[in-house]
Amino acid sequence: MLNGRRGFLKDSVPVAGLCPQGAYGIQDCLRSGFSSVKNELLPSHPLELSEKNFQPNKDKMNFSTLRNIQGLHAPLKLQMEYRAARQIQRLPFLPSSNLALDTLRGNDESIGFEDILCDPAQSEMMGEPHLMVEYNLGLL
Amino acid sequence: MALSNVLHAPAAGFNFDHAARNAELEGLFDAQIPKPVKTGTTIAGVVFKDGVVLGADTRATSSEVVADKMCSKIHYIAPNIYCCGAGTAADTEKTTELLSSNLTIFSLNSGRNPRVVMAVNILQEMLYRYHGQIGASLILGGVDCTGNHLYTVGPYGSVNTMPYLAMGSGDLAALGILEDGYKPDLELDKAKELVRAAIHAGVMNDLASGNNIDICVLTRGGVDHIRPYQVSQYKDKRKTKYKYGAGTTAVLTEKVVPVKLEVVEETVQRMDTA
Repeated sequence: MLNGRRGFLKDSVPVAGLCPQGAYGIQDCLRSGFSSVKNELLPSHPLELSEKNFQPNKDKMNFSTLRNIQGLHAPLKLQMEYRAARQIQRLPFLPSSNLALDTLRGNDESIGFEDILCDPAQSEMMGEPHLMVEYNLGLL
Repeated sequence: MALSNVLHAPAAGFNFDHAARNAELEGLFDAQIPKPVKTGTTIAGVVFKDGVVLGADTRATSSEVVADKMCSKIHYIAPNIYCCGAGTAADTEKTTELLSSNLTIFSLNSGRNPRVVMAVNILQEMLYRYHGQIGASLILGGVDCTGNHLYTVGPYGSVNTMPYLAMGSGDLAALGILEDGYKPDLELDKAKELVRAAIHAGVMNDLASGNNIDICVLTRGGVDHIRPYQVSQYKDKRKTKYKYGAGTTAVLTEKVVPVKLEVVEETVQRMDTA
């Protein structure tokens, strides 16, 4: 229920100048801040796009290999489990442990940079609860 | 992040929000940008009869300044695997620490000592994922159930395995010595001497390598991390204390005036020690 419309694969960094996400087709300065086409046309760092899409791409590759080897049922069953585990979450502004999802992905047995750097539990920015829930439901 | 509100929790891991700003600032400040500490190094490894010998110098540089004279470049990965790191000092440190943590979790889960190939594969995946932005060139050496292994992993994720290897800014000098002196199935003393000579060549011929030489010997029986194996002959004789003894400066006159104190007011406040 809380996945909303924002949970899809990000093929690019959102371009605020060309495709504004505001309600009336123009850049919503109040909610999304000022836009700069140059900054948003190209990713500011060579790794930005590849890091954003790393997990979805890895999943796509693994599932397609699995489909070729074992047949359609294998990725289908796994993705069903992932979908179910992804729904076990608190509200958007609260930290979720994602325990089931981590166990399925095998993240409970490995440490990477995402466990050390930028821990969301220690983020300096606060999310306004109403805004975050509305954004998550796609109402904003 | 131009807003004071966030609409979704920030993703964990690397954060690229300031990348554009930093790129702009680079043009403005020119020479005053802080340079990362590089290990600008000579590291080498040799497989001998009973195991692996790894060697490294101990200088860490920050552009033209020696940042650390006793830097430790041979990092612990597992009880049977050690790793020499060249490149950006922070990158080699963090990457080897992450690798070590992952291998510890694995050995706790499975009850086995990790194999060197596992360490190499984890490193290769990690470094390839970041397309060379993590500047770490590593030489991994270890002894496991399948034998004695020596691998090198480049910053872009390339892997090489050879009986003798050298990396870092002094690798060409070291490689010359290794190519000349290497024979299969060396004895321990000859292997240590070969690695020492290779690092010494790097120390002498490369500005960014210097100071002491560390050696690490890995065998089936255990690990011998000798730090330092050879001390630099150019050790500086700095005094660590700059305190001068009494009497260094002559006393010309002395006048003692006792200060008279009288009690003006006395108050007693009971402390509650219950």
